[in-house]
Amino acid sequence: MHNPQINRHGELQHLLTLDGLPREVIVGILDHAAPFTEVAEREVKKLPLLRGKSIFNLFFENSTRTRTTFEIAAKRLTADVVNLNVSTSSTAKGESLLDTIDNLCAMHADMFVVRHAASGAPVLIAQHLQAAGRDHIHVINAGDGRHAHPTQGLLDMYTIRHYKHDFGNLVIAIVGDVLHSRVARSQIAALATLGVPEIRVIGPRTLLPTAIDAMGVRTFSDMREGLRDVDVVMMLRLQNERMAGALLPTPQEYYKVWGLTAEKLALARPDAIVMHPGPMNRGIEIDSAVADGAQAVILPQVTFGIAVRMAVMSMLAGQ
Amino acid sequence: MQFPDAETLCQHLADQIRPSLQPNTVLIGIRTGGEWLARRLHTLLGLKEPPGAIDISFYRDDYGARGLHGRPQRTDIPFSIEDAAVILVDDVLYTGRTTRAALNEIFDFGRPASVELAVLVDRGGRELPIAARYCAHTLPEPLPASQNLQLEQTEDGNLSLRLIDA
Repeated sequence: MHNPQINRHGELQHLLTLDGLPREVIVGILDHAAPFTEVAEREVKKLPLLRGKSIFNLFFENSTRTRTTFEIAAKRLTADVVNLNVSTSSTAKGESLLDTIDNLCAMHADMFVVRHAASGAPVLIAQHLQAAGRDHIHVINAGDGRHAHPTQGLLDMYTIRHYKHDFGNLVIAIVGDVLHSRVARSQIAALATLGVPEIRVIGPRTLLPTAIDAMGVRTFSDMREGLRDVDVVMMLRLQNERMAGALLPTPQEYYKVWGLTAEKLALARPDAIVMHPGPMNRGIEIDSAVADGAQAVILPQVTFGIAVRMAVMSMLAGQ
Repeated sequence: MQFPDAETLCQHLADQIRPSLQPNTVLIGIRTGGEWLARRLHTLLGLKEPPGAIDISFYRDDYGARGLHGRPQRTDIPFSIEDAAVILVDDVLYTGRTTRAALNEIFDFGRPASVELAVLVDRGGRELPIAARYCAHTLPEPLPASQNLQLEQTEDGNLSLRLIDA
């Protein structure tokens, strides 16, 4: 099957999803990200790689952290960055997604970073560019609907590798609202590709996708049982804005059963790390004492995220 | 073509540098050959400050045409560049483009008092106005572009020069 992310030379053309991305490509991105972490410690935090390139941040859905880290990553590579707050611009006046893209291509865009509430929007853009023969323009998916958030998945893999060095012996638990989470889908795809032997998913039945078992994971609805002896706890945000209907009783009830507290974390391995993609709902999916505790690597995740995005951007723009 | 022994050239290079050493002299080797050479010179010259190592992958002038290739490594400069007398160390001086990239990268760490270039071999073929202050061996004739001259290090740390058909 043709993979629209890979060009005919086997190089990364777009980054749309981690699902189906070959292991060597994922490892290659993680390896490339490592030297970029050092740039943040310099007096001049800038590399000349993307000098003269124009990157458009197209956020059809609100996000502060992801947009900011993409913006910083692009600026540290000396690209010109344009942030389009699409909810208040042409789309609101009725312009179609692909018309917006064509207009930005006419402004000589080199890369699009796309966040969209609809699953598949970045793939649609990539196919549109390919059909128009614009092979020099690259697309990075910054989160689409419930589908994928590949750079988040990659920065999570970078974080795990940083602290645990090797994926071969790990037990990893993903906890929370998997149903609405594109982050969880990207994490599971990458963890499986990198050879993690045991991936667990913990959450209320109403927030686990029905086909979750087909993804090769073990599901738990009892958090205490699921956290036993894990090396990595990956918390998910409870996505209140995506909840329709009676999926949950109350946030307080959720916290009592599935919130990560010090007492529940004690069931994991003593050297287990706690991750969260942010933004955190303290007192709902995670207790403040854990979020600020010694096992949390939530802020390093943010820092690594910049290096990972720099690596992805420079690998794409160099093709 | 016969090349002089790399170990002997290292000694010559250290002998050239020694009279010009200053209290603020630091060495920065360009990965990978220059890094090995800088470590060797550091020992031969008895310098206190450990040598730095830079990877110029992110400063190459052919990124637009060739993209990122190889595996870029971390640049590691364990001292302040500010007001240091930097000796930039590379194994082979060729077009001068690597030196240009290294100069740009060094200045992103601060403003050195001076930068000098030390190389084991000058193979000719310069494309930029760059010359080495210290050079252990200059080839009598420039090497053709189809050939690569590079430094190699064995497991026990011995240095040797090798000519490869590119």
